[in-house]
Amino acid sequence: MRFRTTLSVVAPVVLALGLAACGGGDDSSSGSGGTAAKATNCTNKIVHEDAKKVLVWAWYPNMAKVVDNFNNQHTDVQACWTNAGQGQPEYAKFQTAISAKKGAPDVIMLEADQLVGFEIQDALVDLAPYGANDVKKNFSDGAWKDVSQGDKVFAAPVDGGPMALIYRADVFAKYGIKTPPKTWDEYAADAKKVKDAGGPVFGDFGSNVPAVTTALMIQKGAQPFVYDLGDKKNITVKLDDQNTKDVLDYWGNLSKQGLVGKEDQFTTDYIAGMVGGKYATYVSAAWAPGYLTGAGVGKGADKGKFAVAPLPQWDPNNPVSVNWGGSAFAVTSQTADKAASAKVALGLYADNASLTDGWQTQTIFPLNQNVLKSDDFLNAKIDFFNGQTVNKDIYVPAENAYKGAVYSPFTVYYYAQLQAQIAKINQGQTTGSQAATDLQNQIVTYAKQQGFTVQ
Amino acid sequence: MAVETPVSAGTAIPAGRVARGGRVRRGTKGWLFILPFLLVFVAFLVAPLVYAGYLSLWTKGLATGTTFAGIDNYTRAFGDPSFRKGLWFVLKFSVVVIPLQIIVALVAALLLDEITGRLAKFSRLMIFLPYAIPVVLGALMWGFLYSPTFGPIEQIASFFDVRAPFLLSQGNVYYGLLNVVTWQWSGYYMIIIYAALKGIDTSIYEAARIDGAGARQIALRVKVPMVGSALALILVFSLIGTLQFFSEPQILRPIANGSITPDFTPNIYAYELAFNYAQFNYASAISFALGFVVFVAVAIFMFITRKRGSLFT
Repeated sequence: MRFRTTLSVVAPVVLALGLAACGGGDDSSSGSGGTAAKATNCTNKIVHEDAKKVLVWAWYPNMAKVVDNFNNQHTDVQACWTNAGQGQPEYAKFQTAISAKKGAPDVIMLEADQLVGFEIQDALVDLAPYGANDVKKNFSDGAWKDVSQGDKVFAAPVDGGPMALIYRADVFAKYGIKTPPKTWDEYAADAKKVKDAGGPVFGDFGSNVPAVTTALMIQKGAQPFVYDLGDKKNITVKLDDQNTKDVLDYWGNLSKQGLVGKEDQFTTDYIAGMVGGKYATYVSAAWAPGYLTGAGVGKGADKGKFAVAPLPQWDPNNPVSVNWGGSAFAVTSQTADKAASAKVALGLYADNASLTDGWQTQTIFPLNQNVLKSDDFLNAKIDFFNGQTVNKDIYVPAENAYKGAVYSPFTVYYYAQLQAQIAKINQGQTTGSQAATDLQNQIVTYAKQQGFTVQ
Repeated sequence: MAVETPVSAGTAIPAGRVARGGRVRRGTKGWLFILPFLLVFVAFLVAPLVYAGYLSLWTKGLATGTTFAGIDNYTRAFGDPSFRKGLWFVLKFSVVVIPLQIIVALVAALLLDEITGRLAKFSRLMIFLPYAIPVVLGALMWGFLYSPTFGPIEQIASFFDVRAPFLLSQGNVYYGLLNVVTWQWSGYYMIIIYAALKGIDTSIYEAARIDGAGARQIALRVKVPMVGSALALILVFSLIGTLQFFSEPQILRPIANGSITPDFTPNIYAYELAFNYAQFNYASAISFALGFVVFVAVAIFMFITRKRGSLFT
């Protein structure tokens, strides 16, 4: 604070000035999008020094291997990789680079829910003229739809995030839960049972994973947004429907009764809780075990304690499958060489060695059909889940039932507001229904400020 | 201040040695003295401010592109519940944190002024030490101390079989931050007051003692009034600093389970607008609006203290 923060008022402005002032300058071989950052200071080793270097931002935990695989297999182009943050921190950097018209990487890892927001700013390159359709056959229609708008393809899909219920088998056994809950009603009942017996909280309603809550809202039948880039100015926002209210109320009540935790996820405290069995279940995606293992969960005394079951349903007769995360590689419009960058975007994490490493460490749930249909993948006994054949039994059926989702062009803002509402629910300052109504008003106001016509 | 010094240096040159046209050369010399400062000042303060002012007059929408907005961003800022909420928080915060820091600093300085020897030197260093720790590190350290899983506060509490309150929860975050800020800055203010105390002529104390004043009376009736201008200076510093509250809550945000919101303070809000929502125009307007509030607050304060502190009169 004090003197030093006098700077902090000025700092954003200084930065903005510096970036804007240089925007038109050096190295102007690129198109309208500005200039990409130079591919120097790679985290990885460049194998072929003379080849064209393409700067990549990505955060997959096994990215070092993936980049090495790519560079060893290509002599004409080399990937120069940097980890610019996992999710939101990376998007913030990319967004700033777009505003500055300078400093973006050539290729960037983006989650499916972020694509539209960048497409509308003309920040991504259409990969269709650069061979994207050659790899189309490797993916399901749904997966391909998530990365394209009509005939335009804005990213190469890598992994998806079919959701399921990860749980601690030891906690379930200790408190006499014989079968994992199949419905959300059973989930709440089991949560009460464990708590009444003096057990740990059943799950977690973390405010910093609004994408999970959104997925759960969609599972109940909510459709928060209707938006099509072909009709750029019109958007439908429906966040105050009964389904959204029901889901927020459901989790709000669990949190109020102390049946689920209120902690933000991925923090050191949260991971420590996962290790110690503080949470009986973890509503999460197929890629989660890879990140948890990387953080030290499921090792040592905890080895083999985790298991996974299909995501609980609202109506078991009409199960709905939902998705959290999953990423793709896009080429930014600041790149100087679209063809070389497209080659990296389409080729990175697309080779067998990388994909195999990815699914074996459960860092990714691959979308490549060749892997999804392979016997190795389907019959794999996963260590983290004590040898359960989770791909065949849980995740592949979930992925096959997933119908895709529609995202707004201001996902970052929407998530921030939902996060604030979840925090308020957890602190008992609002109810789920009220949060849904407030959220609707905030998002509609924002959409109008941004120049959209809200239906 | 920096402008005057070189000029007076120029006039100090004996008149006889100045050649014809010396006025011009003196002026040039003056500018040369100012130049290094001026360049930095213009490049890193004036130009960014002007540019931000320019930015704040425009508005950019995802679906509309950039259009001229005039003062719309400013009317929007002062009506924005997020901005007002943040402003209200920092005002509430400064009402408590400023007196608290000054009392801690003043008491420490008065005590250190009384005692001598090795203990005094050691205490002085220890009280000053938190200020020597970078704000970010200090905040990270407190984040660890507050942690409900790893933190010593929780561990001590569990020793007595109770649960320690999480000092960053919605209800407690005010006090949690109060503690961090007071810890970090009191030592610095203590040094300022202490330096002012050392500047007082000791014969005044002697005179007071002859008149029958005790140690406490000397402290309260003689020393405190005589360091009044130092206190006024500290007040202005801490007022400006608190209204621009940013670093500590920003660092503690990821572990506060959502109780430190994106609009927690006006500065955090401006940062969030610019770098997460790409609203550089509106963020500039918010920054200027905050600057205006700080200016008004300081002006009011100086008006109130115009008789007492010699510093600003």
